[in-house]
Parts: sequence; structure tokens; C-alpha cells
Amino acid sequence: MFKIGEIIEASTGEFVAQCYELHQPPPFGSLVKTREGEVEIYGVVSGAATTSIEPGRRPIARGRDEAEEEDIYRASPQLAKLLRTDFNALVVGHREGERLHHYLPPRPARVHSFVYLCDPEEVARFSQSFDFLSILVNARGQGSVDELIAACLRHAAQAHQDPRTFLIKVGKELAVLLGGETSRLNTILRRIRE
Amino acid sequence: MMEKGLHNQFWEQGRLGIVVSGSLTKGLEVKLDSATSVEDIAVGRYVTIESERRRFFGMITDVTLDAIDPRLMVTPPDVSDPFIAEVVAGTSTFGRVHVLPELTWGGDAISLLEGPQPVKTVPAHFSVVREASEQDVERVFGQVEEKQFWIGTPLDMEIKVRLDPAKLVERSSGVFGKTGTGKTFLARLLLIGIIQEGTAANLVFDMHSEYGWEGTSAEGRKVKALKQLFPSKIAVFALDEESARRRKVSTDFVVEIGYDDIEPEDIEMLGETLNLTEAAVQAPYRLARHFGDRKWLEGFLALEGREQINELALSLGEHEATLASLRRRLEALRRLRFLVPHARDNPIQRILEYLDRGINVVLEFGRYTDITAYVLVANLLTRRIHTLYRERMERAMGEDIAKPRPLVITIEEAHKFLSPQVATQTIFGTIAREMRKYNVTLLVIDQRPSGIDEEVMSQIGTKITCLLDNERDIESVLTGVSGKSEFKAVLAKLETRQQALIFGHAVPMPVVVRTREYGSPQSYKELGFREAIELKKEAEKEMEDLWG
Ligand SMILES: Nc1ncnc2c1ncn2[C@@H]1O[C@H](COP(=O)(O)OP(=O)(O)OP(=O)(O)O)[C@@H](O)[C@H]1O
Ligand SMILES: [Mg+2]
Repeated sequence: MFKIGEIIEASTGEFVAQCYELHQPPPFGSLVKTREGEVEIYGVVSGAATTSIEPGRRPIARGRDEAEEEDIYRASPQLAKLLRTDFNALVVGHREGERLHHYLPPRPARVHSFVYLCDPEEVARFSQSFDFLSILVNARGQGSVDELIAACLRHAAQAHQDPRTFLIKVGKELAVLLGGETSRLNTILRRIRE
Repeated sequence: MMEKGLHNQFWEQGRLGIVVSGSLTKGLEVKLDSATSVEDIAVGRYVTIESERRRFFGMITDVTLDAIDPRLMVTPPDVSDPFIAEVVAGTSTFGRVHVLPELTWGGDAISLLEGPQPVKTVPAHFSVVREASEQDVERVFGQVEEKQFWIGTPLDMEIKVRLDPAKLVERSSGVFGKTGTGKTFLARLLLIGIIQEGTAANLVFDMHSEYGWEGTSAEGRKVKALKQLFPSKIAVFALDEESARRRKVSTDFVVEIGYDDIEPEDIEMLGETLNLTEAAVQAPYRLARHFGDRKWLEGFLALEGREQINELALSLGEHEATLASLRRRLEALRRLRFLVPHARDNPIQRILEYLDRGINVVLEFGRYTDITAYVLVANLLTRRIHTLYRERMERAMGEDIAKPRPLVITIEEAHKFLSPQVATQTIFGTIAREMRKYNVTLLVIDQRPSGIDEEVMSQIGTKITCLLDNERDIESVLTGVSGKSEFKAVLAKLETRQQALIFGHAVPMPVVVRTREYGSPQSYKELGFREAIELKKEAEKEMEDLWG
């Protein structure tokens, strides 16, 4: 399993992690997990950002005289140390022992816990039940929740043997969850059709 | 491998949906699961409904489209996209089906012994509805044993539906359907069922000569009829010897009817087909008094010229016009070559002899396919035969001897005999109404059941109906059926041929069947036909077995 970052802020429904590699956050909508004691907590990556490590100080443009973008970092190697990439994840479930739950865990993750990217097998196992969808559908977050749902489902679909069947079934679940919100449903469905 | 686990409930074999509302009298509303497409559902199919302690068995009678939220109709989803269309089907929009529960059984030992019972309650909310399995259907209709008659297969199933020939003949029965839907093919099968299981003797008035020797299919192919299949059990009587000879029918008896056999009542039955006035219908009774019972028709037809008729009118106190018109109309009988001044043999006697020997009689009309000949002959013979049956039956009851074998009389164009205007007077109306008091019942075949008297319709025990599209015909066939409005939908959706809705006495519950195939060598074989060469072989084998 692939360790990608470390938690720097956590609540019951959400956590923020800093990536070990600058500019290498897990993909938007992918499934990550972390551990809190015996409990594994699953999250869906809901956004990422690269900023200066010192709040309030913004980098300045440096490339006017360089031919390639990479040359900027090569010319000032300390630059990379002044930047950081963070990502947010919405908690969508947890696991106690063998039991997978598609609802929020009893306690939030701990700061400094490692965050791992789930492999396709785990993604497939987690997305066998669509119960986590209601968490996403009702999330009020930064950016568009519907974009997130679509990204998450595209991701999950790739982990299944027959992505189309998966998408149809999950689409049906969405149609029920979204009731009369046809325009939202349309938005998401257009983003997940192959 | 992962896909299997996807939303387990939707993968359950045969699951259609859940009960959401309903009542015992009006039936149940079932919401289809999102994985079930309305297009896969057909009315007439069976479902089972599982409640906590019992299982219900019913028929789908309607399919409806519905939406979770009426706003959806205002901003419909983008279904031009096939993916979105597939997602939306069954969720935002979903299908509902209407189910009429008919039978129920419990899981305990007593219920198992009792078998299916009529429903007295409905399953609970959210009970799961499934397509009925073949075992479920067999449980209701019974397993068909080797020598037992079956009529067809339920929709989308390969099992056989038994129709009990003993029950069929206990009361009158009817085959209905618009033209070309398979009435004749069905009736032939029913007759074979009765013959094979020997539950009654048959007398068939075969208007179009398609039951006795040979019939044709819509494609013009010849199909075997009863005598070819069961030569030892069928006698073909012909009214039209010439036609029979041309068609190479092996005829057992040529029927002649004497003028002296025709009674005024027989003319009365022709009132409608000959378009007689009320006075003209009554005139033969006076003629009979004048000429003598057995001489009146011959005498009347022998009159020549206007003067003789006027003279007779004067002496009878009849209107000249009445007699003149009666005479003109009766001229039509002269065209019927089987009518002769005096018959050489007595067809009624012959028919009874055959029937008594357990041989079924088919009376072919040959070229006489017009309704006058049919109504005249069928009425005349049936009236006499019924009288004899009644006498025998009364004697049997009085003297405690064996009753006559049950007799089934088959007629086509039944509304001509059983219309509200004549049903109270004709022998056929009497037979239908008195049920099986004298061991005689009818098998009526008709394409216009609305023309049949309502009371007669209500006495018909087993109704087998192919597609009907006239509202009044549908109404009349379903008179007195519980769940009538539901069955209307089923009836109107039958295929245009070889499908039928059967309900009543001879089946445990209403059933839509695809009528079993008739006309292929295999079908004859399954119906018990043996080629001559096979029969010979079988006989030889028996000899061999016998002598070693
Ligand atoms: N059980 C069957 N097996 C094979 N073919 C059938 C069967 N039932 C109906 N058909 C086909 O449908 C055609 C019409 O059937 P049939 O002659 O019995 O109709 P009908 O209702 O008696 O018509 P009409 O009202 O004109 O007498 C047949 O000629 C045959 O081709
Ligand atoms: Mg016919």
C-alpha cells in the first residue's frame, strides 16, 4: 500500500493531509484511507491545493528568463521547500476488523496519521454498497459536490470488472437519492457516462 | 466477481418488485424494482408473492409507468442519451404492475396437504413479488400425467397446463374469439381431450367440415381431423355425400331428412334466418292441423299457383300475404338436397346407436354452409336427441339403472341458437340452462359472444376465449367474473392467434395459455395418434410377447 501523505487537520467528517511529494496529490475523487487505532477511516479526495508554507506569503513569478518551467526549480532548489501540497478528503466510511461501514466513524482521524491511496481491489470492495453516496450527495463543501460525486464514481467504476454495469446501477441509486432534482442528476450522469 | 455483490437484492432470481398497496377485490399494486424493465413484463403472466407465513399466487393484469416526483415530468431527464435513459428507467421513473391474487398456500404441513386455496386476504406491505417458477405453476395446475390431456403452456413457460375433460363436460362450455384466432383449432383439441379421457360422447355439428376428416390451416396446409386421428372412435355423418366423396372422406352415414320429419317448431327456429314475420312463424302450426303432422310441409310445397295458396288461406282463415310469403321463404329449403319427401333411414336412430357404442359423431355439412341449413338441422336433430336422452335419464332415475353416457353437443355460430330472442325457446337454450340435468351439455363456438343471451352465458361453466376486440364481446364473456376489469386488459392483449384466456370450471384459476401446437406429425403423436405402420408393429410385438 502506498503512503502518500500525513494528516494535518481532522474532524469527524473531513480531514486535510499534506502530501509527501510536492504537486503529487491523489486524484480528485479517489479513495484514500487512514487509521485511527483499530479503525480504518476511508475518505474521498475532495480537493487539493499547493500553497506557500508560510501563510500570507505568496510566491512570485520567476520564469521570465527561463526556457523551461523545470528550469525555475533547478535554478532555485530551495523553492520546493517553500511550497507544500495539501489535499482534503470527505470521510465516507470506516472499517472495524472485517466489517465495512458506509457511515462516519466514531472518532476523527488523528493528526500525523499516514494516509494511503487505496488499490483498485479495495476500491471495488468499498464501492460494492452505494450507501456512502448519501454522504456525498448531502455534503456542503467547497467547490461543486456534484463534480466530486462524478469524479468519485468514475474512479470507482474503473476498479470494477464491468464499469458500465457499475455506473448504471450506481446511477439508479443516484436517481433515487436525488428524487426530483433532475438537473443535478443530469449534471452528474453526463459526467459519468463513458 | 465483484459485480455479483452489487446491490444484492437486485440480483435475486426472478424478483420483480414489492407490494405497495391494494385490496382483495381490486388487486395489488406492485412497484417494480429498478432492475426490472416494464418492457419485460406481460399481462397474463403469473407471479408469486411471499408474505411472512403464506405464499400468494396471482396474475399480472396491468402495467403502468409512474414517476417518483411529478416535477420530473416538467424537466424530464436527458433520455436521448442511452446511458441516462437506462439509469432513469425504473428509478426516477418506475414501473408498476397490477396483480390479481387468486390462490394462496401456507408453509405448514396441513396447508401442504390442502393445496392452494382461494385468497381471503392480501399479502403485507412490501412483500416481495417474484415471477412464478414452473414449480409454482405446476403446484397450482397439477402435474400432467402421461395419459392426461393438456391444453397449452402458460406464457413464457414450458410446462403443460391441464384442462380437466371431466369437469369440462359437467357443464356447458364455450370457445370464443374473433375470426381467425384459433377457435376451431382449440375446439378440436378439446374434443380430442374429451375423446381420449372418455368423459363424454360427442356430437359435433360441423358447419365448415373441419372436425370430422380434415381441416386446413391459415397457410392452406391440410391438418388431420378427428377421424384420421382416431378412426375407431369417430363416425363421420355427411349431409352432402358429393362433397364428402370429392374430399375423400370416409363417410359412415349419409344423412337425409324427410319433409315429414320437419315440425312447425323447426320452422319457428328459422324465423330469424328466413326473415319470417310473426304471423308466418305461427302459420305452420295451422298447416300441420290442416295437412296432418307429417304431411304439412310436403303438402304446402306442393301447392301450385296463387289460386291454390289463396284457397288454402281462405279455408285456414290466414292472410293470403302471410302464406304467400311463407311459401316463398320455404322455397329456400328446396335447395337443400338432403331434404327429401321421406328419408330412407332414421339419422337420429343412427346417431344414438353410434353414441351408445362410445363412438363420437361428427355431422359434416359439406356445401351447405349457409346458416339456414345449419340452424334447421342442428335444431331438429338436437331436439329429438335431447328428448330421447331425457326419457332415458328419467327412466334411469326411476328404475335405478345406468344413466346414459354424458353427451356433449358442439355448435358453431352459437349466437344464432342462443340469442336473447330465441334462447328461451330453442333446445340449445334449454340445454344450457338446465345444466347437466339430463347428462347433455353444449360446447359452443362463437366469434360474437355478445349476441348470446346473458343468462345462457352465465351458465357456461368453462370459457376459453381467444382475442376479442369488440368491447361488448369482451364484456359478455367476462360477465360474472371476479376481477372483470382486470381480465379485460388481459383479454384485449392476447396474441392474434393461438393464445387464449381460460377460466371457469375446468381449470383451478384463470390462465392465459399458448394453445398447444396442432397440425405437425409430432403434435398428432403427442395427442395419441399412431400411424398404421406403428399400430401394426405394436400388434406384432404384442403377438411376439404373447407367443414368445
Ligand atoms: N393450436 C394451434 N396450432 C397451430 N396453428 C394454430 C393453432 N391455433 C391457431 N392456429 C393457426 O391459426 C389459424 C386460425 O385458426 P382457426 O381456424 O382455428 O381460427 P377460427 O377462430 O376458428 O377462425 P374462424 O372464426 O374464421 O372460424 C389456423 O388456421 C392455424 O394456422
Ligand atoms: Mg373456425
